[in-house]
Amino acid sequence: MIPVIGLALGVIAGLVFQPTVPTNLQPYLPIAIVAALDAVIGALRALGERRFNDRVFVVSFISNVVIAAFMVYLGDQLGVGAQLSTGVVVVLGIRIFANAAAIRRRIFHA
Amino acid sequence: MPESPEPQGPEPQGWRQLLRPTVSQLVVALLIGGLAFAITVQVNDEGTEDYSGVRGEELVELLKSLDVANERLSTQIDDLTTTRNGLLSSTRRSERAEQQAKERAEELAILAGTAGATGSGIEIVVNDPDEKTYAADLLDAIEELRDAGAEAIVINGVARVVAQTYFLDDEGQIRVGGRGIKRPYRIEAIGDSHDLAEAVSIRGGLTDRFANRGASASVTQKKKVTITALADVKDPEYARPTS
Repeated sequence: MIPVIGLALGVIAGLVFQPTVPTNLQPYLPIAIVAALDAVIGALRALGERRFNDRVFVVSFISNVVIAAFMVYLGDQLGVGAQLSTGVVVVLGIRIFANAAAIRRRIFHA
Repeated sequence: MPESPEPQGPEPQGWRQLLRPTVSQLVVALLIGGLAFAITVQVNDEGTEDYSGVRGEELVELLKSLDVANERLSTQIDDLTTTRNGLLSSTRRSERAEQQAKERAEELAILAGTAGATGSGIEIVVNDPDEKTYAADLLDAIEELRDAGAEAIVINGVARVVAQTYFLDDEGQIRVGGRGIKRPYRIEAIGDSHDLAEAVSIRGGLTDRFANRGASASVTQKKKVTITALADVKDPEYARPTS
């Protein structure tokens, strides 16, 4: 219940304050969001399978975000920023789909 | 994370335990809230057309595609401008042609007697108390007027004289193009009034000839003669244009 309240609060805060993304954060934020989404979907799957561990969630969430941002940063430094961000997004997307498929199988048995 | 002092065992948790607020729950809520916040911010940010966060090479690609689009649109503008100019000039040409055709039609209408006409001219009134004038005399008079440059002629205000008009003696009166006309004859002609008056009053001319017949013809120059009578036009039955 509390995570749902956190979700609502986050959306409301974003809508109320309407901050602009700082320029040097702009390339990383979308990737970080995708990475965090991956962690959240994984957590939902674990929740469904009754093996959710909030420590695992917190660690995976933060490490996902940090590693994704770091990879984009590294790619920018190496001059392959666009390609590497695409790669990261693809990998995370595959993981999200896999986790979503697991959840779906569990709920709908299909 | 050090913020989770609660001894969360590795044993599986269920939905029910999520309702119990613990520190780790709060941390999870914080992370999810942060994620929601970031997504909202990012989605809002995407709405504004701002290229400050775009990488250099992407900007170059963007510029290139814009250049290509620009070039294509310029070509299109050129093409369309050419087309428009062509259409405009052709419109103007056809307008001019229409204008000329209209003027020509008006001229021909006067010639054919299908339109009224007005202009300077003369009026000849022939008094013929002895009834000694015949169709031939009237035709001669008309020919003389035509020779002097009359452009539209009408007799007694009802019989328009055109190319097809015939003159016929019919039981003491004269028929002009099928209309019987009564004495005195009043011939109105549009043309240069001075020339017309000269031509009819010349020695041995129209007035002299009527005088020889025992009739009298009086000529009046007029600034404005208006002819409203129209000729009876029938479509040619046999003649066809050759062009």
